[in-house]
Amino acid sequence: MPIIQAEGLTKTYRVFQKKDGLWGAFQGLYRREYKEVKAVDDVSFTIEPGEMVAFLGPNGAGKTTTLKILSGLIYPTAGKAEVLGFTPWQRLDAYRRRFALVMGQKNQLWWDLPASDSFQLHREIYSIPEAQFNQTLTELTELLGVEKLTRQAVRELSLGERMKMELIAALLHQPQLLLLDEPTIGLDVVAQVAIQKCLRDYHSSRGVTMLLTSHYMRDIEALCSRVLVITHGKLVYDGPLQGITERFGNDKVVKLRFAETAPEDSELTIYGEVTRREGPSVDLKVSRHEVARMLGSVLDNYAVDDVSVVDPPLEQVIARVFEEGKAAHDAV
Amino acid sequence: MTQFNPAFGFEPVAPSRGLIGTVRKYLKILRASLVERMTYRLDFILGTLFRFLPILTTILLWRAIYVGASGTDKPASSLNGFSYNEMIAYLLLTNISRMFSSMPGLAGGIARDIREGTIKRYLIQPIDMIGYLLSYRIAHKLAYIVGAAIPYGILFWLCRDYFDYFPDATTFAAFLLSCVLAFLVGFFFETCVGMVGFWFGEVTSLLYIVMTLNFFISGHMLPLDLLPHPWVDILKALPFQYMAYFPAVVFQGKVQGWHLVVGLLAEFAWAIFFIVLARYLFARGLKRYSAFGG
Repeated sequence: MPIIQAEGLTKTYRVFQKKDGLWGAFQGLYRREYKEVKAVDDVSFTIEPGEMVAFLGPNGAGKTTTLKILSGLIYPTAGKAEVLGFTPWQRLDAYRRRFALVMGQKNQLWWDLPASDSFQLHREIYSIPEAQFNQTLTELTELLGVEKLTRQAVRELSLGERMKMELIAALLHQPQLLLLDEPTIGLDVVAQVAIQKCLRDYHSSRGVTMLLTSHYMRDIEALCSRVLVITHGKLVYDGPLQGITERFGNDKVVKLRFAETAPEDSELTIYGEVTRREGPSVDLKVSRHEVARMLGSVLDNYAVDDVSVVDPPLEQVIARVFEEGKAAHDAV
Repeated sequence: MTQFNPAFGFEPVAPSRGLIGTVRKYLKILRASLVERMTYRLDFILGTLFRFLPILTTILLWRAIYVGASGTDKPASSLNGFSYNEMIAYLLLTNISRMFSSMPGLAGGIARDIREGTIKRYLIQPIDMIGYLLSYRIAHKLAYIVGAAIPYGILFWLCRDYFDYFPDATTFAAFLLSCVLAFLVGFFFETCVGMVGFWFGEVTSLLYIVMTLNFFISGHMLPLDLLPHPWVDILKALPFQYMAYFPAVVFQGKVQGWHLVVGLLAEFAWAIFFIVLARYLFARGLKRYSAFGG
């Protein structure tokens, strides 16, 4: 049975259109104009227990709104969702004990108290048995290397350390589902990797289901085998990360190293677009179907030392997907 | 205890430990709040000490008023049933009432949580926001009352000559009860004001109006009996008097017998009224929040 089952989720916001200037503000006092904005538009997907799934999309695509619906903070304008067998926005305690949401930095911890006090509070709020609590806490602090920091006031911790504490707080009650909104935003690479490692280790040892949003491809490459791509509220892709390239990347990159000086750009443009040139090495962007024919022709005409054909970088493909999504959205 | 969960069939739900578990949960919040309060020791001490300065100026002001009313250089014997001594005792006592009923930062904090979205932590965790805030506030009040006991003791000892009358045990018990109820009225009234934030986002101006009005209509500034009819009757029908006036006059023995019983019952009824209203506004507000914001 799936952990998350979302069917036709739609969320429409009514946004107040503020006019410019003082006169505009004055007009806003007695007559307000609203614009309907579809943050999430007919999104359906299912997630099975133990999966680690990433939500990928540009800012304002509807990732966070979807997470908010799934965690019960808001209810959808249309559509159904069942999470762990519950309807999230009924906010039953039985549901709230079984999942965790990490959103932003200043959420679950008491700013002025050491994290350990907040953890104790969580123990009571979630009624976690003492032995289980101590075991989980030791495991998590070791995993994240923050054993020495739990007695320090949270406000004195660095951003990365705070995020680690947030993560510990979220995992203490051993949720079956973990929803993470930008867990590594604003963190340096070391802290990012530490958070990724913790999530990966925790996932492999506990089999917890995770759904996370991130801007960082690195997070997603490191963690998730499945990706949901969402742009302008619409789900445009659901599948493995590598599949994105096959689905949306119509081009291949052909890397050539010529035996002598590489030919001029003008000679090569008949084969494809030159994207990089470095001494005898040249990268050409070639349509997927043209690769074989193009290679034959190049090898016939030039002395070539080395050839390789690769997919374009994932970031580029995804950026293209986002842009196409925007174009399609603007055209409507 | 088992509970049916469609996803996992019947399974034991360890967490729910019934009433005792719930009480323990909120006691824990209380403890954490107390610890937090103690972190800011200097703020705590200064806050306690400087609360006495206004009392001193008020005493001097009323002395001048009574002297002015007598036309001599001695204070007048009585104004609307309040002797000079009773007046000063009354003003000192309203500080005790306010110690229970004032809720600094409560309404503003709720509105800020709504506006900035930090309210979500109460929505995703198995915890009730109002219960949480109540535990937190009780902790702060306990810390404050314990911390202020000695300075207040000294102040009242210094001003002992103004107290011509000390209540008997029954009256004193009624006074304590009225203070506890004053806490509930104050807490749930301000909670209601804070909940307005679900509709207006910013409640600072509303709060300012309420606070300023409350200073007057609760009897914090002067006893309500000094006001002309029909104002005194109107204000005595409103809930605000329970946040300052009522506990003070109970202590002074000005309300006795059936009047005392009826007064306490009315105070209790207002507490219930605000509890219900706060719950209603919270439920309605959350509906709105879930539809528009989040």
